[in-house]
Amino acid sequence: MEALDPVLLSRIQFGFTISFHILFPAFTIGLAAWLAVLELLWWLRDRAIYGEISRLWTKVFAVSFGMGVVSGIVLSYEFGTNWSVLSERAGNILGPLLSYEVLTAFFLEAGFIGVMLWGRDRVPRPVHVLSACIVALGTLISAFWILSANSWMQTPQGYVLQDGVFHPIDWTAIVFNPSFPYRFMHMVAAAFLTTAFVVGGIGAWYLLSGRRADHGRIMVGMAVSIIVWLAPLQIVLGDMHGLNVRDHQPAKLAAMEGHWETQRGAPLILVAWPDMAREINHFELAIPRIGSLILTHSWDGEITGLKAFAPQDRPYAPIVFWSFRLMVGVGMLMILVAALSAWLFLRKRLFDSRWFLRLLVLCSPLGFVAVIAGWVTAEVGRQPWVVYGLVRTSDAVSPVPGGSVAASLILFVLVYGVIFGAGLYYIAKVIRQGSAGSLPEPEPMAPRRPMAAADYGD
Amino acid sequence: MQDYLVIILPLVWAVVIAFGIFVYVLLDGFDLGLGLLFLAAPSHAARDTMMRSVAPVWDGNETWLVLGGAALFAAFPLAYAVILPALYLPLVLMLIGLILRGVAFEFRFKADTSRFLWDWAFAGGSLLATAMQGLALGAFIQGFAVVDRHYAGGAFDWLTPFSILTAFALIAGYLLLACGWLIMKTEGELLDWAYGQAERALVTVAGFILVVSLWTPLQNPAVAARWFDWPNILMFSPVPIVTAAVVVALYRALRLRRVYLPFALTAALFVLAYTGIAVSFFPYIIPPDITIWHAASPPETQSFLLIGLVPILPIILGYTVWNYYVFRGRVREGDGYH
Repeated sequence: MEALDPVLLSRIQFGFTISFHILFPAFTIGLAAWLAVLELLWWLRDRAIYGEISRLWTKVFAVSFGMGVVSGIVLSYEFGTNWSVLSERAGNILGPLLSYEVLTAFFLEAGFIGVMLWGRDRVPRPVHVLSACIVALGTLISAFWILSANSWMQTPQGYVLQDGVFHPIDWTAIVFNPSFPYRFMHMVAAAFLTTAFVVGGIGAWYLLSGRRADHGRIMVGMAVSIIVWLAPLQIVLGDMHGLNVRDHQPAKLAAMEGHWETQRGAPLILVAWPDMAREINHFELAIPRIGSLILTHSWDGEITGLKAFAPQDRPYAPIVFWSFRLMVGVGMLMILVAALSAWLFLRKRLFDSRWFLRLLVLCSPLGFVAVIAGWVTAEVGRQPWVVYGLVRTSDAVSPVPGGSVAASLILFVLVYGVIFGAGLYYIAKVIRQGSAGSLPEPEPMAPRRPMAAADYGD
Repeated sequence: MQDYLVIILPLVWAVVIAFGIFVYVLLDGFDLGLGLLFLAAPSHAARDTMMRSVAPVWDGNETWLVLGGAALFAAFPLAYAVILPALYLPLVLMLIGLILRGVAFEFRFKADTSRFLWDWAFAGGSLLATAMQGLALGAFIQGFAVVDRHYAGGAFDWLTPFSILTAFALIAGYLLLACGWLIMKTEGELLDWAYGQAERALVTVAGFILVVSLWTPLQNPAVAARWFDWPNILMFSPVPIVTAAVVVALYRALRLRRVYLPFALTAALFVLAYTGIAVSFFPYIIPPDITIWHAASPPETQSFLLIGLVPILPIILGYTVWNYYVFRGRVREGDGYH
């Protein structure tokens, strides 16, 4: 059993389960807000088309939200099952943050999603609209607390250490720790962009297939009007977040940038393969001085390199370096889509440029790619620390045998693989049915016709 | 003031967490129980009705489990850090079970040819989750090996004849709760079937309560002393008597085909069994040695969370009740209420 290292296996398992989970909140945070807007528009403007689109996407939301809930419960237990030493040492601080997430967000979402999905005919119209708004609010409150907890582990403050255990002394400092505002803004913007690209892509597909073109125009129009200003804003938010990393997690920044030496007027390294053993970059392609310009907003600002940190205190740079580039690359692609859509909108060609609609279809998964790449950058970049500079990940693991963790990891991979495939399949089915002329009528010959949130027989 | 808080806050939090876990057991108990009954249901249409009766509320029911975990993490981090690794495999399997049954709610209604698959996922996931919760309960009663604030036992310490017994006992208990729910929420053939199943489940539950109640003090002298020493025996002797009375009343209620009484009396049985466990182990949160005061987080943590909990919990209870009220009444076959 010595070959099965519980630390490595627990890291793989946590990375896998949280990456799987984040796909759903990244999508449902924006989707919940959009559905609330559609319900409001439908109610206030009384145009049936908003209701039709809302009903279709409510089905998609129901599937995604359900998968987010069940994969999220796993995480709230993994803190204890896999990282019990972290829990014992940081529970005084992390426990209340997670508990507040349950109290102010999970219950709120769960309490009103039933009415949102199933209660359309059971409550007055305004109550149904309000329920959709409350669910949307709940998703944002949830993001607030969980990102506060994550950010505290990245940039801890407001505590004293007694015998290795963190004791809170200032809750405002803990909740609003230095990286939290930036991480929160960056993540919420990412979630809205993720949703916008999915909705825009599906809307474009509806327009291309020529079936529910009326629905397609509204989806593309609303998605593009988010993308056009949020994609550029996200670059600004990302830059602010990056400067925060420079100040608080310089080793992470050095890995993201691929810098070994501390230097003034540092180059911007475009391509390289950082070699951890030899402390150099292979295949480096760089632009002089631009690195300092971006990171310090001055031509000869000083950037700390990886060599300033002891080898055992450095993150594994190749992953951090490349996941960061993947995220930024996707961000640039989003800017391109934003610029093209603004240009086409001004020329009044947004809905009939088939090449652009095809591009939108291709871009629909972009947000997910950026979210995963961004979180890999943030989480691999903070290694080897689980509480930055204070608790090592390797010291945080539970006293559980590697064999147990290997077994659970295999189970999670198998089960998540099946439900992810099934979830995608059913979402695709809902979207296909939505494009088929009109919303599906209940089949009079089929008494077994399923009746779920996903099957509004209109 | 500080000394006073150090004594009183862990007590308050023990009550809050015990309450949260109890609400979880009661609420998710009946919807997990529906999963246990699912494959035995009299017809396909009955399965649809069963599922529809809990579809709008199951997410809220399960949130109490998350609250139990998170509040334990916050208020008693030592207990969280010892008990969760000790129960690693059963908890992971419970989570897998909850995932399978949770996604079945949405997938099943969207599937055509593969519907039977999600029927199995719903039933199998519910059974797995319930069995693992029962095993965890048995393991808790038997206690955990702790050295230097860390779990020091093996990967399979939770698997004993006693914990297998408590797993079956919990399965029977959730079945009874689910029958009580169906009696309130369905009609026709399914309703008749639920009354019949409830009687069988009740006999089984009564048997398990008896066996677990005898076995626990026999294997645990401290528990035996808690119950049988003078004057405790005087104080606690009503518990088994009341339990027996509730069993009899429940049997009569089923025979008389009462509507709400079966669920209410089943809930009362759960209260009694739960109280029995609390009486047996108070004030130990990690049996057999670690108390709530020993495992507690500092007053700064417990008070910070309590300040929020006091106003928020009544609001949660309020909209939870409202949610059940919106979906009140019996679910009719083929009646999709959306």
